[in-house]
This record gives sequence, structure tokens and C-alpha cells, in this order.
Amino acid sequence: MGESKLDLMQGTLDLMVLQTLTVMGALHGYGIALRLEQISGNEILLNQGTIYASLMRLQQRGWISAEWGASDNNRKAKVYSITRKGRRQFVEDAVYCQRLSSVMGRVLAMGGKGGNE
Amino acid sequence: MMQWLRMDSLRRLFQRLRSVFPNAQMDHDLDAEMAAHLDLAIEENIQRGMAPKEARRRALVRFAGVEQARQQHRESRGLPWLDVLMQDLRFTFRTMRRDRGFTIIAVVILALGIGSNIAVFSVVNTILLRPLPFRDPQNLVRIVEKYSKAGESSKTYTADATQDFQQQNRSFQSVSGYFAFTGPDNFKLVGNGQPLPVTGILVAENFFEALGVQPSVGRLFRHEEFVQHSRPVTLLSYPFWKRQLGGNRDIVGQAINMNGTPVTVVGVLPDTFDFGSVFSPGAKVDLFTPYIMDDFREDGNDLALIGRLKQGVGLAEAQNEADQLFPQLYFEHKHPDYGKGYTGQLTGLKEYVSGKLWRSLIVLWCAVGLILLIVCVNLSNLLLARAAARSKEFAMRSALGAQRGRLVRQLLTESLVLSAAGAVLGLGLAYASTAYLAHQGSIALPLLSRVRVDGMVLAWTLLIAIGAAVLFGLAPGLRISRSDLQEGLKDGGHGASEGRKHDHMRSALVIIEVAMACVLLVGAGLLLRSFLRVLDVDLGFEPSRAAAITVDDAGGSTSEQRAAIWEEVVRRASMIPGVEAAGITDNLPMSRNRSWGIKAKGGDYDGGKFQGVFVYIVSPGYVRAMGIRLTEGRDISWADIFNNENVVIINETVARKLWPGQDPIGRLALTGGAETRVIGVIADVRETNAEENAGWQMYLPATKQFGPEGAELVVRSKLPPATLATAVMSTLRQISPGQPAAEFKPIQNLVDHATSPRRFFVLLVGIFAGLGLLLASLGIYGVISYSVTRQTQEIGIRMALGATAARVQAGVMARTLRLALLGIAAGTVASFAVARGIASLLFGTEPTDPATLAGMILLLTAVAFFAGYIPARRASRINPMTALRSN
Repeated sequence: MGESKLDLMQGTLDLMVLQTLTVMGALHGYGIALRLEQISGNEILLNQGTIYASLMRLQQRGWISAEWGASDNNRKAKVYSITRKGRRQFVEDAVYCQRLSSVMGRVLAMGGKGGNE
Repeated sequence: MMQWLRMDSLRRLFQRLRSVFPNAQMDHDLDAEMAAHLDLAIEENIQRGMAPKEARRRALVRFAGVEQARQQHRESRGLPWLDVLMQDLRFTFRTMRRDRGFTIIAVVILALGIGSNIAVFSVVNTILLRPLPFRDPQNLVRIVEKYSKAGESSKTYTADATQDFQQQNRSFQSVSGYFAFTGPDNFKLVGNGQPLPVTGILVAENFFEALGVQPSVGRLFRHEEFVQHSRPVTLLSYPFWKRQLGGNRDIVGQAINMNGTPVTVVGVLPDTFDFGSVFSPGAKVDLFTPYIMDDFREDGNDLALIGRLKQGVGLAEAQNEADQLFPQLYFEHKHPDYGKGYTGQLTGLKEYVSGKLWRSLIVLWCAVGLILLIVCVNLSNLLLARAAARSKEFAMRSALGAQRGRLVRQLLTESLVLSAAGAVLGLGLAYASTAYLAHQGSIALPLLSRVRVDGMVLAWTLLIAIGAAVLFGLAPGLRISRSDLQEGLKDGGHGASEGRKHDHMRSALVIIEVAMACVLLVGAGLLLRSFLRVLDVDLGFEPSRAAAITVDDAGGSTSEQRAAIWEEVVRRASMIPGVEAAGITDNLPMSRNRSWGIKAKGGDYDGGKFQGVFVYIVSPGYVRAMGIRLTEGRDISWADIFNNENVVIINETVARKLWPGQDPIGRLALTGGAETRVIGVIADVRETNAEENAGWQMYLPATKQFGPEGAELVVRSKLPPATLATAVMSTLRQISPGQPAAEFKPIQNLVDHATSPRRFFVLLVGIFAGLGLLLASLGIYGVISYSVTRQTQEIGIRMALGATAARVQAGVMARTLRLALLGIAAGTVASFAVARGIASLLFGTEPTDPATLAGMILLLTAVAFFAGYIPARRASRINPMTALRSN
């Protein structure tokens, strides 16, 4: 069904949302989307709408909490913030992700040399 | 940590479950949030200098699809497996609607199987599993004599012995009891209209307190009400209060007229308290009065004892103490010369009440379990046939990418839905049948009135419904998961002769089914034969054409007056047209049983000790009215009664034991505190029930010496009791205007009541066996019929090649009988084991009774023959031309 591939994508987006909330504190959905676009440069094409599914998932796992509040210019908006459990999870996932990416880097680098010889 | 995790995932599951169903609140929240998002984006774009229209367009592009976002959101908050389940369910309902015939048959079969299981479980649950409806019932015990040979009298204790035990024991919180020799309708309630016969039980002090029963209105008896000459009081049973007094709460504190005496009602017992269902199955009790010890000091054993153990005292400990105390108890303080020496066997009250039924109920439970198995096998078979027909559908789906697990899950969903539908319908059946059973006062089973569908029963229903679904869904599921995709697509195509391997599993199932039906039939056959044997027993009296009615004893305060009234009643009753004989007794057989002591004067049987003997105080004519055979000597005469002659009629057992090898007529016996002369010998009468051998019996005239306890007029006639009732009643009214409107009861009812537990079990096991037979024949029919359909072309070819119709028919029949005989052979082997298991429930029938076995095998074979005959006939009618042309 190709679910595993989707899972990884979901996981990546979820991790980025957690990272954003860890660094920026409480934010509304639009704010999170902007921040994600900013830090990723234009390397990731983010459909802003998809973050709402991610926010839902994170809420259901109890990693973030949501509350209706006001935005900077006094608009009604749902404001998200990371929970203690979410922080713990973020640390865990971040370490995992870094290890994975360094391993992937080495593996791919090795493959590149092999191709040269 | 684990705890946290679990809590957490539970919460998530709950959230997700909530979100599967269209959730307006969540959708609304999301829409508001997305709207806010877009507004912010548009505003920012405008600030950057875009035109409003362009700003909006860019914001929407970057958002990339509001509808998609909504969809993703919904998916992430939902539960994928539940969606799949919903899909499976929808598909199942569609399939079931399409296959309406199959669905109806399957659900009805399941309802019968599950329903009978629920009903039997309700009975088992009530009688065996559920605790008695009292406070801390595990501490309640029943105390009886260890070696009781002469009915209730030797299971009871005198007032003095009871009081001594109450004072001396250390194990019991309280010991109480009730008067064990109350016949039905022993009081008459005098109101405005005709006197009403009511049944009242005398209970000793603290009886209700010991059981932990609280009155629903008013109070229980007080200590001073158990003292002689105190103001008479009574407690009413709940049904009596509702029925006769309209549930009027003001009745408490008022007096009602019982037997001409005003008796004050002090309270009403709760609806949950049913004395009869625990202590005297099948009896209805209307009210309770205090058992005043001083009134009964010289009346011998008459208290049935119960006790409540102190907290922390075990049964063994209490039994130890009882073994010390009871042998030291005197019968009567006033007559120490009567001696001492009781025994006391303590049994948990629950065990005492229902222990004897344990085996019967377990057998019933097994029988009904077997039915469910047969139902499952049958359904499995039906589903296999359907799965074969649907193999193309499944092959197609799997070719289109459906995983095997998914297909099996689909099949299991179908079985679960069928099973659930069957369970719901079965629950209805069980509900109706338990409601019916609970109101069958004529079945002498304890606690039966409390049978109902409760939470425990519902849990059981759920369990067996799921169990059944898995069981009958398993075989088709396995078949599908193992089946070959290509095979499936090819199968059912243009093959002329159908591969037989599909039928193997189904044939095996049919054999199992027939074997189980065979076991059920043999078991039911043995029980039925036992029951017929019980009905055939020579009771020693002829219940068929006799009926009895309670006679008012008003005015009979002296024995002379009583004798005059009795003579008048018997004389006038005998003159009623159609009456052959009439007589009075104070005690009917298979009703109360009271016993005294008897010994031969100067005899040395059992060291010259008094022997327990059932006592009947009777008038002349009773022996003939009851159809008891006088084998020697003469009946009691009115002269005996008027002259206070101490004469006695004994039964053959007494004659044989006390005067072995001698003519007992004219001999002297010591009984009832007097020397009595034997004037007659009668055939043994089964006084307790039809199955136990008769004990010692004697019949005494109602004289000054031998006072009767109540009076039952027994009338023998060729006419049915109902037609005589009016004439008898008006005769009794003429003699005594206070005659209560008692029922004119056929004596046969007493016998039926005594045999009712056996009748109940035989009827149920018989019904289950019939059901099993029906299902087995359905199974045979299904398999044979199906194979004939599948082989239509093959048969057509064979007929075209010259096979005769008779030969085709014989071929199908041979196959049927092979299946049946294999099943019967397996079933017969199993039956031997089962028969040995139920040997203790049989009466006058060997577990290996060849007639029963042969009969049942024959019956099963015949039914199998007919089940196969229908498709065989169809096969022989196949037209080769049509068969070959079609398809």
C-alpha cells in the first residue's frame, strides 16, 4: 500500500513542527507554516494545508496542545505549544534523525567512491 | 511508565473512535482555523503590495487545496481499521440481503442453538452458580440428621434439642428453623366472602435474621411474640400481599382473621424472598407465623434447622463441634427417659438446596453445548458451500489486489454478523422461555422462580456468539486463505466433472454432525426410557381417578365431635353420584411426610428399638379411595374410631421386618404412645417419590389417642375431578359453612409434582435431541443436494451413456448412507462413554440398554435415508439432454 514511505514523510513533517514549536514557543498554524518555509529555504515545497493533519496527529499523541487565542494583530487563531512529553519526544526523534542522516551520508559517500573505481 | 503508556493509548483510541463518526465540531474548528490562516496570508500579501485579488490567489496556491487539507485532517484523526470494519460490514449487509434465503436459514438455526444455550445457562446460573438470595449466603448451613431413613421427621429436631444446641454451640452466630410438616392450605383466611385457604409456615425466632432478610414493609417478629399466649402475629409474603391485599401498606398493624382468630400483620417480606423456591421447591407460601417452642415441646421432631456460621468459622470446625454436641442432646427435657442422641450433618445451604441437581444440570448443559456445536458444524457446511460458489468472487478480488488477510477478515465479519443476529433472536427466545419457566410452579426445582436473563447471562451470550462465529467461520476462512488464485478463477468454469476434493471437508463435517446427533439421541433415549420406567412404577396406590380437597375442621374440638363430622363428610361424599369411594386422611402420599416410631411388642428387631415409620391418620374408606391394595385383614371401621380402639394397618415392609415369617394380624405393636393391634396389611406405597423404595408405613384411626393434623377428603370416581368439584364443595359447605374455597386437586398432580424434575430434564434433553436430529438431517440434505447440483452434467453424461435412473438414484443413496453410517458408528462409540457418564441419572435402565441404542440408530438411519432420498430422486429425474445443453 506504500504506507511506509508516507510514514517517513509524515514523521519528517511532524519532527519539523516539533522543532519549530520548541524554538519559537507558542505559534498558530500560519506562523508554523511560514517558519518552516523560512528555515528550509526553498528546498522543501511545503503545501501549507498539510501541516494541519500533522498538528492533529501530534495533538492526538499528546505531544502538543492547542488553544484558541489571539494572533499578533488580534485575530482569533488556534495557538499551538509543545508539551513536556512532546519535548522529550522531540529530543529522542532529533537524536535518531541525526544519527540516521549521518549514517545515510556515510553510506551514500561510500557508494559514490565505489562508482568511481 | 507502562501505566502511562496504556492510559495514553487508551485516550488516543477514544479520541480516534470519536473522530470516525462525522464530527461537526472538529470540522468546524478546522474550517475556522484554515480561514484564519488564509486571512493572515492574504493580509501579509497585501502589505507586500499585492492587489487583494492576487493576494488571495497566492495565499490559496501556497495553502495548496483546502479540500485536500480537510481530507488529510480527517484521515489522520480517524482509525483506519475501523474504516475497514465499516466497509466490511457494509459489504456483509449487501451480501446478506442478496442471499436472503441463506441468511434467514442461518440466523434461525443460530438463534435456536444460541437461544437454547442461553436458556439453559440461565437455569444453570440460577440453580448452580449464583449465590442464594440472602446476605452472606456462604455462611448459611442446613443441619440434618446424618442417617435419615424415614423422611423429614428424621431430618428434624425437637424444640428442646434445638434450644439446647442454640445455647451450647460456639460456631454459629444464630441457629433457627421452621416447622417442617406444613401441608399446603393449612390456614383459612376469613374475610368478607368465602374463606380462603392459605399456606402459612411457622418459623422459629431469628429465622429471617439468620438468613439476612429485611422486611419491605413493617418489621420482623419480636422476641416476645415467640412466647405462649402472646398476641398472634404474622408476616406476609410479598406475592400474597400484592395479590390478596392489593399491596396496601396500611395493612401493617391491622388484624386479619385466620381460622377465626384475629392475627396482626406486623410486616411484609421482600419480593426477593421466596421461601418455597429455596426450602420447598414448587410450593407457594403465603404467610409466616411464629413457631412458639412451648407449644411444641412434646410433639417430637418437627424443626428443620438452619444456621449462620460466625465470621471466620469454617464448616469443618463447626461440624467437629456438632459431632460433639448433638449426641448429648435430649429429645425432651420433660421425659429424659426418652433418651438422647442426635446427629447433625452440616451442609452449606446452597449445596443442600441444589447439590443433588448438579449432575442433571451439567448433563443438560453438555447437551445444549452439543447442540451449539452441531449448529456450528451445520453453518460451517452451509458457508463452505457458499464459499465454493463465491470462490470466483474471491479469486477476482484477490486478483485485483485484495490481500488474503483482508478476504479472511471479510468472511469472519460475515460470520460475526450472522452470529450476532442469531444471538439477538436467540436472546429473545431465551427471554421468553425463562419467563415461562420462572412461572412454572408445577416443576419442583429449587430457585426456578428466580430464573431470568441477567448480566451474567448476557456475558455468556456474547461469549458463545463470538465463539460460535469463530468456530463456524474458521473452516470457510481457511479454505479461502489456502485456495489457489488460478484454481479459483478456473473452477466452476467449463469442467464437466467437478473435482471431488472440495467435498471432502464438507463430508467430514456431516459425519461429525451425525455422530454428535447420535450421542444426543442415545442420551435422550436412555433418559426417556428411565422416565417411562418411573411412570410405570407400581406406586402402591392408583392416582389416576382420585382427587383430594382440604376439609374444614371447624367445630372439631373434641375427638368425638371430629369423628362425627368426619363420618358425615365421608358418608355424604360417598353418596354423590359417580363417587366410588371416599375417605379422609391427614396426610397425602408424596406430600408432607411425617414419621413416628413403631416396634413389635416384645419384638427384638434392631435390639427392640423404635423404628421410624410414616404415619397416616385416616378414616374408614381412605384405603379404598386412594386405591391402596389391602393384602390382608380389614380396613379401619367407624366403630374403631368411635370406640377409640387402638388399631393399626401396616404396610408389607413393616410386617416383613417386625414379624418375619408370621401372620401379623392380631399382633400388638407399640406406637404413638400406645399399644395397638394390627388389623390389616397393605401393599407398600411410595410415599416420598416414585423412584425411592417405600419405607415403613402405618395407618391409624383418627381417635382420641391419634389426633390428625388437618384433613384431606379423598374421592375416587370415574368422573373427572372438575365435574365433581362443585358437588363435593356444596356438600362440604352444607356440613361446615366455614369450608374454605380449596382446590379439588387430582392425586395425579402429586405424582406429577414428584416426577416433575425428571420430566423437566427429559423434556429438555428430548427437545435438544430432536433439534440435533433435525440439524443433522439438514446437514446431510445440504451436502448431498449440493453435490447432486454440482454433478448435474456428470450425471447427465452417465445417463446419456446408458445409466438408468434407478442406478443414479442408488448411487446417491449409497453415498448418503455411507456418510450417515460413518457418523453413526463414531457416535455409537462416543455414546458408550456418555451413557456411562449419565448412569447415575438413569432409573431401571442400563447405560448399555440395547433397545434404546438400536432404536436410536434405526431412527437416525431412517432420517438420514429420507434426507438423502429427496436429492437422490432429483438426480434420477435429470434429463440428459437438458443437463448437457445447459452451461
